[in-house]
Amino acid sequence: MAGGTASSGGTAADTYKNARPWLLLPAWAFLGVFVLAPVFMMLVYSFLTKEFRGGVIWEFSTAAYDQFFFNRGLFGDEPPTIEWTYIAIFWRSIWQAATATLMALLIGFPTAYFIATRPEKLRPMWVFLITIPYWVNLLIRTVSMKFMLRDNGPINDFLVGTGLINEPITIINTNFAVQLGLFYSYLPFMVLPIYASVERYNFSLSEAAADLYASKWVTLRRILLPAVKPGVVAGCILVFVPSLGSFLAPDLLGGAKNFMIGSLIEEQFKGNAGNWPFGAAASMVLLTMVLILLLIFARQQARAQKGTG
Amino acid sequence: MSDSRKIAIDVRGAVKRYGDFTALNTVSLSIYDNEFFTLLGPSGCGKTTLLRMIAGFEEVTEGAIFLFGDEIADLPPNKRPVNTVFQNYALFPQMTVLDNVAFGLEMRGQSRPESRRAAGEMLELVQLSDFASRRPAQLSGGQQQRVALARALAPKPKVLLLDEPLSALDLKLRKAMQMELKHLQRETGITFIFVTHDQEEALTMSDRIAVMSAGALQQLGAARDIYERPHNMFVADFIGETNLLEVTVREVRDGRAICSLGGGHILSGKSDQEVRIGARVHISVRPERLFMSDAPTDAEGLRGRVRENIFAGTDITTLVDLDEGPNLVVRTSNSDRGNKRIFEPGSAVYVNMEQEAARLLMD
Ligand SMILES: Nc1ncnc2c1ncn2[C@@H]1O[C@H](COP(=O)(O)OP(=O)(O)O)[C@@H](O)[C@H]1O
Ligand SMILES: [Mg+2]
Repeated sequence: MAGGTASSGGTAADTYKNARPWLLLPAWAFLGVFVLAPVFMMLVYSFLTKEFRGGVIWEFSTAAYDQFFFNRGLFGDEPPTIEWTYIAIFWRSIWQAATATLMALLIGFPTAYFIATRPEKLRPMWVFLITIPYWVNLLIRTVSMKFMLRDNGPINDFLVGTGLINEPITIINTNFAVQLGLFYSYLPFMVLPIYASVERYNFSLSEAAADLYASKWVTLRRILLPAVKPGVVAGCILVFVPSLGSFLAPDLLGGAKNFMIGSLIEEQFKGNAGNWPFGAAASMVLLTMVLILLLIFARQQARAQKGTG
Repeated sequence: MSDSRKIAIDVRGAVKRYGDFTALNTVSLSIYDNEFFTLLGPSGCGKTTLLRMIAGFEEVTEGAIFLFGDEIADLPPNKRPVNTVFQNYALFPQMTVLDNVAFGLEMRGQSRPESRRAAGEMLELVQLSDFASRRPAQLSGGQQQRVALARALAPKPKVLLLDEPLSALDLKLRKAMQMELKHLQRETGITFIFVTHDQEEALTMSDRIAVMSAGALQQLGAARDIYERPHNMFVADFIGETNLLEVTVREVRDGRAICSLGGGHILSGKSDQEVRIGARVHISVRPERLFMSDAPTDAEGLRGRVRENIFAGTDITTLVDLDEGPNLVVRTSNSDRGNKRIFEPGSAVYVNMEQEAARLLMD
């Protein structure tokens, strides 16, 4: 950050330039108190010793990470082998979140494209319609979804009623139910950034491509998609990251065996059965992974930018 | 120009409506193969709409368009052997200049190396070989314009559509590009349909011009034809500079209408249409077809007084106030100074018309 040096005969812009570090203070304070401090606390807690009825003992320990990654037998005296339980939960979380993101992309992209190609006056209305369901609390929406997906819920009733299937199909308590739940929870986060970038897209580029004998599909792949990629990437991140740490959809729609990392963490802080350092350690692993993914994306974006600029 | 006079594009009774607004009203015209054809008219008259209908971006509300004899209503843009140079160029920003030019060739099924080689040749033609690996954003407006041209020409379309391609360029560059475009058209033999609102540009470049106004075709003909024999007031006024005089028809003799201007002035003009005695009509005379003298040369000399001479390089423009009448603009080319006289402001003069210079216009 450049320091503010007083300049003689400064313009208004110079004045603000000098004041800039101070103007940014509230933002830094906010970030510090609400983002950095909690992460730091989590980091500290993940290296403390657990107290049996929840809470911690202020004594340094790596037991939480050890428990996450290694198996030392029931009594902790065997030679360590890799503990697959939590890695498997992690892996499942990534898979579920990735699938939900893909579903959101497949549904969200055409939706965003549709809205962005409506007459300008109607677009705000379409955006508003998309966001209406999200004025309802996430918990209530997820519970409603559970109701919809039940064996004798409306969806199965409808499918059986129309004769498409003979018996209700089990959707609830499957991986697919969780994916549906995550997809539905975060769909607007996919639609809105893509909509914003498609709206800025210069459609005469598509016309130029068609004029030069490109089919609709080739035009989409080679002209439109590269132009709106920043919006697509933003949408994918905004759906993937919260899906990865989500616990409502897996808990309510997935049942006990479709556990995700969010639920694992949540349980460590609930009631007396929890293990705070372990929960904090799992959060740190999750955070680290998300940060690595974001860095990879950012690097790629920067490289693509350099190519265009 | 073509000797076979094969028709490349045939527009028959084309109508375009947006809701209850009629952007194009029953336009019919034929464009010959190998022709430099210009759609000329003021902004909003429907030039782009007609061009977009030919390219396939707009549907024809009524009527039909034929390409070398085939109706093309059902052909989507990517199936029409027609390419467009867009007004805003519409270059693909994420591709290099070379890839932009190669795009159409690749889409037509040529291999990547082959299409890149041909694109390289195209860039040579527009003198941009050194910029092949740049992105469009790194080029100047004039260079982008040439890339757009190369990109549209590369697939060797049967017809090239150009929508005001030069309007964003400064005057000098525009003049140079006009020549370049004209040469390119001659060399390639591709039919050019060129859109402009600049009548001078249209006159310089075109084999034939279609003058449009308010969604309707006003006149179609060779550049010279349109300039010398405008069909109506709009065309006379829009193309070049003209003196438009409101007159009353007194007598019709040998296809000439002898008219009075008021103030005792008499002048006559040829008309393609039937005229009625006593009708109020307009006579159009180009300023360069007028000359001044100090004595009447025939019965129709218009008496007046010189108000002002304006020197403009290649010619001198003289404003003459007719006695008890309107004023006239007289233009004398510097190369004509031998047989045409210039008078000092304040001099009493007679303004005379060259043979067949006056045109009678009914509307
Ligand atoms: N998509 C559209 N919807 C409604 N009106 C349009 C549309 N496109 C063009 N117009 C109208 O049609 C008329 C002709 O437009 P255009 O062909 O672009 O004129 P030009 O190219 O001669 O300037 C204009 O009045 C314009 O406002
Ligand atoms: Mg236009």
